[in-house]
Formats: sequence, C-alpha cells, structure tokens
Amino acid sequence: MHQHSLAQLSAMLASAELSSVALTQHYLDRIAALDPALNSYVTVTPDIALTQAAAADARRARGEATPLTGLPIAYKDIFCTQAVRTSCGSRMLDNFIAPYNATVVQRLADAGAVMLGKTNMDEFAMGSSNETSFYGPVRNPWDRERVPGGSSGGSAAAMAARMCAATLGTDTGGSIRQPASLTGITGLKPTYGRISRYGMIAFASSLDQAGPMTQSAEDAALMLNVMAGFDPKDSTSVDQPVPDYTASLHQSLKGVRIGLPAEYFEAGLDAGVRASVEAAIDFYRQQGAEIRDISLPNTNLAVATYYVVAPAECSSNLSRFDGVRFGHRCANPVDLEDLYKRSRAEGFGDEVKRRILTGTYVLSAGYYDAYYVKAQQLRHLISDDFARAFEQVDVIMGPTTPTTAFRLGEKADDPIAMYLSDVYTVACNMAGLPGISIPVEPVQGLPVGLQLIGNYFDEARLLNIAHLYQQQTHWHQQMPAGI
Amino acid sequence: MSLDHTTVSKIAHLARIAITAPEAEQMSVALGRILELVDRMQQVDTTGVAPMAHPLHMTQPLRADQVTETDLREVAQAIAPAAESGLYLVPRVVE
Repeated sequence: MHQHSLAQLSAMLASAELSSVALTQHYLDRIAALDPALNSYVTVTPDIALTQAAAADARRARGEATPLTGLPIAYKDIFCTQAVRTSCGSRMLDNFIAPYNATVVQRLADAGAVMLGKTNMDEFAMGSSNETSFYGPVRNPWDRERVPGGSSGGSAAAMAARMCAATLGTDTGGSIRQPASLTGITGLKPTYGRISRYGMIAFASSLDQAGPMTQSAEDAALMLNVMAGFDPKDSTSVDQPVPDYTASLHQSLKGVRIGLPAEYFEAGLDAGVRASVEAAIDFYRQQGAEIRDISLPNTNLAVATYYVVAPAECSSNLSRFDGVRFGHRCANPVDLEDLYKRSRAEGFGDEVKRRILTGTYVLSAGYYDAYYVKAQQLRHLISDDFARAFEQVDVIMGPTTPTTAFRLGEKADDPIAMYLSDVYTVACNMAGLPGISIPVEPVQGLPVGLQLIGNYFDEARLLNIAHLYQQQTHWHQQMPAGI
Repeated sequence: MSLDHTTVSKIAHLARIAITAPEAEQMSVALGRILELVDRMQQVDTTGVAPMAHPLHMTQPLRADQVTETDLREVAQAIAPAAESGLYLVPRVVE
C-alpha cells in the first residue's frame, strides 16, 4: 500500500478500505526492514505512532476526520516535538527533549496526522549531502553509494523509499528542493512567511522556510493546506488568507507564461540533466504554455551572497547553544568561558564551526560593511532580477540541481564544491520566493528535478502547473529497485 | 583573501569555540577559500543600493503587551545540564 500517494491513502482511509493502525504498522515494518541500510531516520516513534493511529481511527469513526487524519508522516529532526528528542543532526542536541511542539507539528497533529519519527539531516541544516549529520550519512535509495542531497536528506530518502506517506523538510538555500531532486520526489519551499517557523530550530532566520516533501504536487497541496497560515508565535509569518491549494490543481495551462533564465542553462549544467529538463519544458509547450527566454543576471553572485548572509545569521542564532540551559555541556569546566568554549567545540561538527566562524568574521568590526552590508545590497539586486522577470512571466523554470546525485565522500572534503551545487536554488531563498522541485525523466537511473519558481504567495499556481505534468507522466510514481 | 591562524583564533574566541593550534591552521585554509568565493561580490558596484534585510520588505508587527505564556520553568529546567532551586548552575563567576 506504500506505493499509493498521500491523496490515495486519504481516500482509502475515508472509504474504510484501510485503517490507520494497519497503515501505520505497515510503514513501521518498512522502516524496520529498509532503514538500517539507508539511515534516514534518527528516531522512530512506534508507540506514539500506534497510539495516534488508534486515536485517528476512533476520530474517523466519530465522523470528525480531516483529509490528513490517520496518515503516517515523518518530521525532519529540526522541528521540535514535545517529549521526543529533537537533535537537529547534532551532538549538541543529542540529549535534547523538546519541551513543546513546533507550530507545524501541532497543526498536523491537530489534523490527526500520525508521527512515525524524526528524520536525519545535515547538522543544523548546514550541508547539501546529509554527510555532516552527527548520526552518519543517509544513503540515496536509488544508489546507496550516492548521497540523497541535503540538508533534508533523511526526509528525502524516507519519502523516496516510501517509508512514510509524506514528510517535512526545511529550505534555507535549497534544502527541500535539492534533496527532492536527487531522490525523485516532490519538494515545495513556500514563500518566506507562509508557514510558521515557531519551534523550527533556526539556522538563517531571514531565509529559513518549512515545506512538504511528498510523492506528488497534489500531496504537497494537501499538506500545505494544514501547514500554512499566520501564527502569533512567529512575527515573520504572514497574515494572509490560506486558499484551498487542492481546488486549483486542475486549472488549464493555456496562456501560462513560462520563463527560462539563460543563466540556469549555462556551462556547469550536466548534459543529461539539461536534456531531461528541456523535455519537461517541451511538455508544457505542447500543453499550450508560452515559453519565453528571460535573464536573472545576478545568478552567478547568489552563492557568494548566500555564504555571507546565511553564516552571519547562523553565527547569531547558534550563540544560544552555550552548555548552560540545554544541550551538550563539557565535563569539568574550570570557569564559565571554558564551559562555553569546550561545550561548543565538542557539540558542533566541522561544517557548523566553519559557518559560525565565517559569520563571526563577516560581522566583526572592520568587515561588516565590506561583507555583510555588501551582501544585503546584492540580495536586493538578486531580488530585483526576479521582480523584473515576473513582469514578463508567471513562472520560472529550470533545473533544480546541475547534476544528479553525487557519490558519498565526493565533495565532503571540499566545502566550496558543495556550496556551488546550490547554484540554482539559493537565489529563490534570497528573494523569499516559493519554489518546487518535481521529478522528470531520470538520467542513467538517477532522478532529475525540474524547478519551478513562482511569484510571492503563488504556491497554488506552482502546484497546479506541477500537478498537470504529473497527471500525464509517471516519473513521480517510480520507486527505486528493491524498495 | 586568506586568514592567518592568529585571526582565526581571535574569531574562535569571539564565537566562544575552543580551537587548538592545528585546528586553527586547518580552519584558516578553509575560511580563506570561503572568503575567496565570497569576494566575487566585490565585482559589482552597489553604490546607492539599499541593503535588504527582509525578503518581503515588511516590518515586524507588534503584539499587545499582555502576558500569554504560562510558567514553564520546571519543564524547561528538567532538560538543563545542571539546575537547582530554579536556578541554572555554572562554574562560580563571583568570588
């Protein structure tokens, strides 16, 4: 039954063809059988899952079910879950039991969704391969010698191997879309502020956004319906009505203007990935969409700008981990400074330290204007590029990543090569725009993602355009061999 | 752009992360390469461009000045490395 989409499973639960307890047990059995080889879960919560599943079946019997009642989902281990360890992939939080639920977790629990567990991730969401996790790398279900991408690599692998019906990720520079692309699933990063960040451990607060990772765009719409909306506990969440994202999935493509940024098809893009992406664009052309060439001239500066803004915000956000109130504390500190310094030295891994130190440097006296202010100015130019593009087109399309999944260890010792693999995804976060990655034709057995970027709060349009493709293709339904 | 290990040690102190001399040496190479990447920014003239701090160009809303949180001290301190009588314990800072 795991091959079914979230929408199909929802219908099966509604028709009483299936119980949530049976479905939940099925996923728990799959996790026990498959995950030892993939390492996509950090914590599995079978007791909570089965209790919630029984409660969901009872709720359905009372006639009070929502579309998500009884559906088993997994949370990236960055979302606080009350009474369940929330590690953020770090030794620093290996012993951290969150005292409250993140708003999205609470919203999904209120809708009756079942929590299967918490998924592996790059430490504090810093990484593009899931190799920086304290809990070890995640393996790509399509080829276990390859990475699933990151930072939401555990969620991507769990979804690709159908070890959950849907899952959540977070995206600061591509951390939902890039792993979705490398594992053949659908991953949506909504507009900044569309979903509450309360209880989502902060990395770079002006860029971070949660989103669904699912089999299909229709599934993402079902999840977004519950996840989106204003939250008084997050002053950056936006107080705007939430449409029913499933209502507009079938709108016609006639006359939709699709922009192809020249900069997303230049040198560095793998020829196979290019061919797959172009074939998908041809599909849209045949469906009556108007394809236009556009330019996002500051694309080549997005990675550089990102690696100032994100580390700067991270160095500030991660100062809260000091060994005093929660998390890792070193043994036998001689004084307070020693306590801070050794707790942080022991608790953080190399990539997190690199980013904290980069951030501290660019914010330090004498460098602030040259780096941080400069990056904020460039951020404005990057954002303006998109504003101009959306005067001419409704949606922007291109590859999500320059290549298919790379091998474990291939870029682990070369942070710069790793950073540059985010070249097509970071600009979207800089501008705060929504983006989605959907699976198109694989290259040599490895998944490829088509990225769609929309205007602010235009998630419904992105889901609509993605859904129409998935209505007539089957790439999103394909599963890795042996799964 | 490269950073010497003295600078790295100084930044590590500001960030309150203990660092050994060999680690500082390694880190100076890594940070140097990151700063090289970041220096691409200097190609662009940004004279007169306003810095962008928030993606939606919005200001933060203010909430009413009312108490909404309940007392969570016990819950919060249950996960503290060391707490006693409602206080977080750290090495002595005042003699």
